[in-house]
Amino acid sequence: MALVIRHAFRPIITTQYPEERLVPSKRIRAPQLVWEEERCTVCATCAKACPQGNITIVSESLPGNKYGMKHLEIDHGRCMFCGLCVEACPFDAIHLGRDYEQATYRRSQLVLTRDEVRLSEKRKASGYFRPRFEAEMPPQTLLVYGEKKGK
Amino acid sequence: MALRTEPIVLNIGPQHPSTHGVFRMRVTFDGEVIVGLDPVFGYLHRGFDKLAESRTYTQFIPLTDRLDYLASMSNNFAYCLAVERLAGIEVPERAEYIRVIMAEAMRISSHLMAVGFFLNDCGASVYTPLIYMYREREKLLDLFDMVSGQRLTYNYMRIGGVSHDLPPEFLPALRKFVQEMPAFIDEYDQLLAENEVLLARTKGVGILPRELAINASASGPVLRASGVEWDLRKKDPYSIYARFAFDIPTAETGDSYDRYWVRMQEMRQSVRILEQALAQLPEGPVRAEVPHLVRPPRGEVYSRIEAPKGELGFYIVSDGSVAPYRLHVRGPSFINLTALREMCLGWKLADAIAILGSLDIVMGEVDR
Ligand code: SF4
Ligand code: SF4
Repeated sequence: MALVIRHAFRPIITTQYPEERLVPSKRIRAPQLVWEEERCTVCATCAKACPQGNITIVSESLPGNKYGMKHLEIDHGRCMFCGLCVEACPFDAIHLGRDYEQATYRRSQLVLTRDEVRLSEKRKASGYFRPRFEAEMPPQTLLVYGEKKGK
Repeated sequence: MALRTEPIVLNIGPQHPSTHGVFRMRVTFDGEVIVGLDPVFGYLHRGFDKLAESRTYTQFIPLTDRLDYLASMSNNFAYCLAVERLAGIEVPERAEYIRVIMAEAMRISSHLMAVGFFLNDCGASVYTPLIYMYREREKLLDLFDMVSGQRLTYNYMRIGGVSHDLPPEFLPALRKFVQEMPAFIDEYDQLLAENEVLLARTKGVGILPRELAINASASGPVLRASGVEWDLRKKDPYSIYARFAFDIPTAETGDSYDRYWVRMQEMRQSVRILEQALAQLPEGPVRAEVPHLVRPPRGEVYSRIEAPKGELGFYIVSDGSVAPYRLHVRGPSFINLTALREMCLGWKLADAIAILGSLDIVMGEVDR
């Protein structure tokens, strides 16, 4: 009985999901990849690093002896979000995302091209392997230790 | 006049919740008594050993996560150690400590699940402990999440170290966990050690005798419950385990209760190792300078660690290229299952479920 009473007065640790949200880890590897065009040199190191072969890069030569990205396609449906492409990129141009709600109705909607994976206000990058983003993110909510802040 | 009986064959699984995944037992009953049992595996076969041959050494690390998914980092650890041994790579001191911290935290988290599900298999009247154990595991998952950004498949260790350093919030949270955990283990003990249902269902049930355990090359808590003091962390020390003081808990009879008891004691020992590792944790780099494409010299290696479920070994043959020529995983769950038949003969169906639960299998590791 004492146990029951003790538990009755403990803080509630469940989260009422859509209304209440926890702050995820700063290094969250959520199901999306985020790409920054300005930094990318189209070296395709990320495509080579991917164990699944999810990243397709087609380059084109531009005037002035430069390379540009003709076509970029990332198959998020087969991605396991291991982050190896992020670690491999020598120019910090591809990141994992922060938004963890990525359900779609069709598998084909998970194959995203260059304009859809670009870094933007809506598509934010996570701090995984990217200290510059990590520094700006709020601390993670720890579920059991009862500091439910991020509502 | 004796009743004329006929043996009947019953399939349990492959999708039954109490088979811990997609495992199928073909059980032959005489009346209610089990007279034959054939484990049938292969429903989750994904060809990991073969997949490794078409991936570079680094690219295989995220796949090892998917073997024993309740202890992913232990798999990373075993694989990275094997490649490091093959390629002769030195790991920085701090990375070694971080690896040990992760491996022991993983052991606690895996044993919590093992014990919780085992109790659940013993009957719904002991469902509460599972929820308690989820609560403790949640704290560890928060910690792993903080370090690697994932809650199940961490992909945290790399050849030559670990992928990131620990975030600043990690150590205080882990210290808090280490302080609190012994009290929680005491609480479970109090709840369970004299629980009549548990004792009746597990004491003397599914005995795995010492000789059979050794002959079936069982390992981990299953072997130690049968009275064999064999722990690779002590008997064949890898990484920096030789620096820590801890005991190897063993039991006498090798019944289901002993296997449960050994796991409980191991959690206490892991907390002890965590305490020591936290006190000794040095500063420094966490990753050695390793080329992007690791090319180990020609040769072969078998390297093993004491994973939560037993001896987890990786056998790699290298032909000097960037991908393994051949890779084989020795999964402890798979080998521990080989003695299941002998343990179940003569018991009833409900006991078979409890015995299987006490073995602590993860199907990802059984069907590779
Ligand atoms: S996160 Fe991993 S699986 Fe996904 S695209 Fe990058 S390397 Fe490939
Ligand atoms: S994202 Fe990085 S690795 Fe990939 S092509 Fe661009 S610069 Fe190269």
